[in-house]
Amino acid sequence: MKAFDYAAPRTESQVVDLLSPQAGHTEIIAGGTDLMGLMRSMVVRPDRVVNIMEVESLRELGPDDQGAIRIGAAVHLDELLSIPYLENYPALGQALRGMNSMQLQAQGTVGGDICVQPRCWFYRSGLSSLVDAQGVIEQGDHRNHAIFGNAGPAKFVSGSRLAPALIALEAEVRLLGPQPDEQRWIPLADLYRIPRLQGQRHTTLEAGQFVTHIRLPAVDLAQGGATSGAYEVRHGEGPDYPLAAAAVKLSFSGSTNGVATISDARVVLGQVAPTPWFSEEARRALIGRVVTPQIAEEAGEAAVLRATPLARNRAKVQHAKVAVKRAVLLAAGLETGGF
Amino acid sequence: MEGVSQSSFTLPSDSNGVIRMRDPANESGNSTGGGSSGTRSSENSSSGFSRRAFLRGSSAAAAAAAMVARPETASAQKANQGAEVVSGFKTITLSVNVQKHQVNVEPRTTLLEVLRYQLDLTGAKPVSQDGSSGASTVLIDGRPVMASTTLAIACEGKQIQTVESFGGAQPDSAPVAFVQHDAQQCGFCTPGFVVAARAFLDKHPHATEEEIRQGLNGNICRCGTYANVIQAVLSATKGG
Repeated sequence: MKAFDYAAPRTESQVVDLLSPQAGHTEIIAGGTDLMGLMRSMVVRPDRVVNIMEVESLRELGPDDQGAIRIGAAVHLDELLSIPYLENYPALGQALRGMNSMQLQAQGTVGGDICVQPRCWFYRSGLSSLVDAQGVIEQGDHRNHAIFGNAGPAKFVSGSRLAPALIALEAEVRLLGPQPDEQRWIPLADLYRIPRLQGQRHTTLEAGQFVTHIRLPAVDLAQGGATSGAYEVRHGEGPDYPLAAAAVKLSFSGSTNGVATISDARVVLGQVAPTPWFSEEARRALIGRVVTPQIAEEAGEAAVLRATPLARNRAKVQHAKVAVKRAVLLAAGLETGGF
Repeated sequence: MEGVSQSSFTLPSDSNGVIRMRDPANESGNSTGGGSSGTRSSENSSSGFSRRAFLRGSSAAAAAAAMVARPETASAQKANQGAEVVSGFKTITLSVNVQKHQVNVEPRTTLLEVLRYQLDLTGAKPVSQDGSSGASTVLIDGRPVMASTTLAIACEGKQIQTVESFGGAQPDSAPVAFVQHDAQQCGFCTPGFVVAARAFLDKHPHATEEEIRQGLNGNICRCGTYANVIQAVLSATKGG
């Protein structure tokens, strides 16, 4: 590991002060579950590391005045898993339980997961940058790489395991910086981008800017609000990363013959593209329908209709299809378990 | 004992983080080696030569050499309205197994390196080093955390508990259950499993077999002796 300077500030503005305007100079560490490995293998070589775990406001967790749930970036995953409000957001609970390593849940943080570096074994072993200008990934073993959004030089997949669920649930994130009082809320989906140029990262965060909070809009399932579900396709049990993931939020409107029809759907896939991936096709396949295993299957097929797999990752299309189908069934309560 | 032990030698790594081990055989008569600082006479006198004493001696030699080559640059500057920026070595106090230790660390030094190479607590193991094996699991404020992916400097003021604290005259029920059920084979992953099992049982004292399978998912055993591990943990639950 390269030597670096270290600071553990106590306030958000101190964090901003410590961040460098120069990209790649400073890294923020929270749980360290991913960053430490990347720094050890010298893929990430910061000059300064800022530990945000001592900032009290980033440990905030609970409802605000409007009933929205505010989650500080430094909240541990198992802390989030243990709050009672989570039952209104089933997709988030299922995604959290999917990370079924006790240590990962105790040490990892929500902010760390949504900002986590992409999953790409070429990048993580130092063989390629995120933007694969040399075609290393295209010619190599890319069985785990993108099947959507991969026309450009970025072929990696988004690594966040909470982002699909959070985006389906219409989460927003609060960004602070580069000026100490410069804050704004943006939809979580807008945090991610597909890099096209060398040096660009997988998020839209500017140098000197960081994620402080996540906000989930108020939902009351008991009052007939929207329901949700999330499913990860994994190679096996254990702490493996998923091959594909999907999260679905379903809103229902007036029932016909006592059966609720879907008035709106948000279908977000994970681990299949350089960003969490909205499926407009799956959304259209669900609207106006009553959830049945047949409709869930059709939503899965619609979701992968426009997939563009590389030469050696066609299997991933099937994984994505199953993930969407299972997420729809989980959201509708037609299937349980799976995490 | 006033409860504070002083340990001053540091992880023998160069500026790129590569651990530099030296062979003391090639350094005999070399006065810059300083290999005697780390060896302990009690271990050497019994057998004359032991693997652990050899390793400790060689790593201490490299540590001493590394410190000569890279003098202590502890410079903690106050900036940003009180946020301290640490660069180079710093002496911190860690509370490990209810005892306070003063250790000299760099910001990049991991908790696992301090435990193993400075405090001689070799229970937590450097297997995956990126945390994927769970072999370096320790308890920090009662929570299961991987020492390999934790910065030592971030652990000041926290209660660290390693597998060594589970022994003694009245050993913890988790390692006892592991012994009774012959839970592991080569033993390298065992300390991580035992600490994880303890943390799991504290949280789920009445766990079912299925919950144990889920809960211990963060640890990997390459010998594949999971069946006995699960039986051991099951026997340590309140129901078992």
